[in-house]
Amino acid sequence: MADKILVHHLTAWFGAVRAVHDIDMNIQDNNITAIIGPSGCGKSTFVRCLNRMHEVIVGARAEGEVLLDGENIYATEVDPVQVRRRIGMVFQKPTPFPTMSIEDNVAAGLKLNGITLGRSEKDQVVERCLKQAALWEEVKDRLRAHGGSLSGGQQQRLCVARALAVEPEVLLMDEPCSALDPISTARIEELLLELKANYTIVIVTHNMQQAARTADMTAFLYAGDLIEFGETRQIFTNPTRRETEDYITGRFG
Amino acid sequence: MAVATLALTRYYQYRKAKNLVMMALTIFATVVTLTPLFLVLGYLLYKGASSINLAFFTRLPAPVGEVGGGMANAIVGTFELVILAALMGVPVGVGAGIYLAEHRGTRFANAVRFAADVMMGVPSIVVGIFAYAVVVRPMGGFSAIAGAVALATIMIPLVTRTTEEMVLLVPHELREASLALGVSRWRTTLSVVARTAMGGIMTGVILATARIAGETAPLLFTAFGNHFWSTSLKGPIASLPVQVYTYAISPFADWQRQAWAGALVLTAIVLALELGVRAVTGGQAKAPR
Repeated sequence: MADKILVHHLTAWFGAVRAVHDIDMNIQDNNITAIIGPSGCGKSTFVRCLNRMHEVIVGARAEGEVLLDGENIYATEVDPVQVRRRIGMVFQKPTPFPTMSIEDNVAAGLKLNGITLGRSEKDQVVERCLKQAALWEEVKDRLRAHGGSLSGGQQQRLCVARALAVEPEVLLMDEPCSALDPISTARIEELLLELKANYTIVIVTHNMQQAARTADMTAFLYAGDLIEFGETRQIFTNPTRRETEDYITGRFG
Repeated sequence: MAVATLALTRYYQYRKAKNLVMMALTIFATVVTLTPLFLVLGYLLYKGASSINLAFFTRLPAPVGEVGGGMANAIVGTFELVILAALMGVPVGVGAGIYLAEHRGTRFANAVRFAADVMMGVPSIVVGIFAYAVVVRPMGGFSAIAGAVALATIMIPLVTRTTEEMVLLVPHELREASLALGVSRWRTTLSVVARTAMGGIMTGVILATARIAGETAPLLFTAFGNHFWSTSLKGPIASLPVQVYTYAISPFADWQRQAWAGALVLTAIVLALELGVRAVTGGQAKAPR
């Protein structure tokens, strides 16, 4: 399978603190790549570097290369805003825009990017994305209701729909299920497996079962270093590194 | 066992007594705080209500020695001044507030915030002198514009600081969610952050408007006051606070009665604005989610 994203010598800093250290990784097209590791190991920082969201934080910077289809997104002439349109992101906490209705939330990325949609176009986008995010059946009768009126799991799927509406090629998910109950988590996981057909997905998770259930490839990060990266089955059944084995068997620390 | 139970009961009673005492003190403090408010409102009603009639709202001030007349020009003048001041002050204040919140920690933002805080502490009569110097003198006379500039000068730091506070209450995650959709920084600030904070910003704007509606000192030598009809921006204009001041210190009983009525109307306007905020925000100046 082709590599969608190639990471070369990626190092990320918060001021003087190094959060991610010299990572090389290849993320394959139409695949789910899971990033696991203990809290503070740099998982979130790593994925945030993949769509240049890391640098949004004051004092944060990244070095190295991230090639998206062979093009370095850290090249000086690249506009980070354009990068983020191609590499979408869903965060840990569901963040529907509180001033907008469900349908406006879905269309927000398009509207705020200055793309004006006619009524029927908008309806199509909203329906397509909500269906892709497996939320359509639950909200189709109340599209004008506030996004905040949904349950946490529904809000998170709304955020997925919103991210899909700008038609990204890659979807980064930063612990998308950590604020959700097991049933909502199961819905999101099903959704990931469906989306895999059309998107490249990178998911950060604390939940090793989640990585084992959903991911094709798994990366184990510890203290900012990439310890091991390989096929999920191999990582979980036959890890080559001692640290990985300790972590997945719960013997860590 | 019995001893332990007894001790517990005693301690319980002690706690209950302490609770009662503290509760009484808090209620007393509340009463002390609210008493002046109700005294002022009650006295205003008592002195002013009898002088309020249709003529008060529709007629011009009567010439000296003649009984009757009203403050129609001052009521209209106050609205004109406040609206003009808001037109000048709100965009500047809201813009500055958003800037301060979005560029927190930069040296320029700190300087602007410090300046706003200092401006809030400047006595309003000094603001009047400022407007006199920068508007009245160059224009060669008192004017509605000068009065509005003075009021806007008072309004700007108030609006700036409340806007900043409200924008800061918008969760960082919303900003990131918008940026992650490939939305530009300025569009994120405007359409997501500021829009989410809009309820709080409006509350701050209305409260600042209510505050300037009652200002007298900055208008004394800017808008000056006028006994006749004038809505001209370039001429002196009447306003309720100044009219009340002029009438109250006059030796004529009829004018003094009208000053009470004017004070009552002014208070009613300010109160209506503040109650309006409470109605809009559902009982409290609610922070945006």
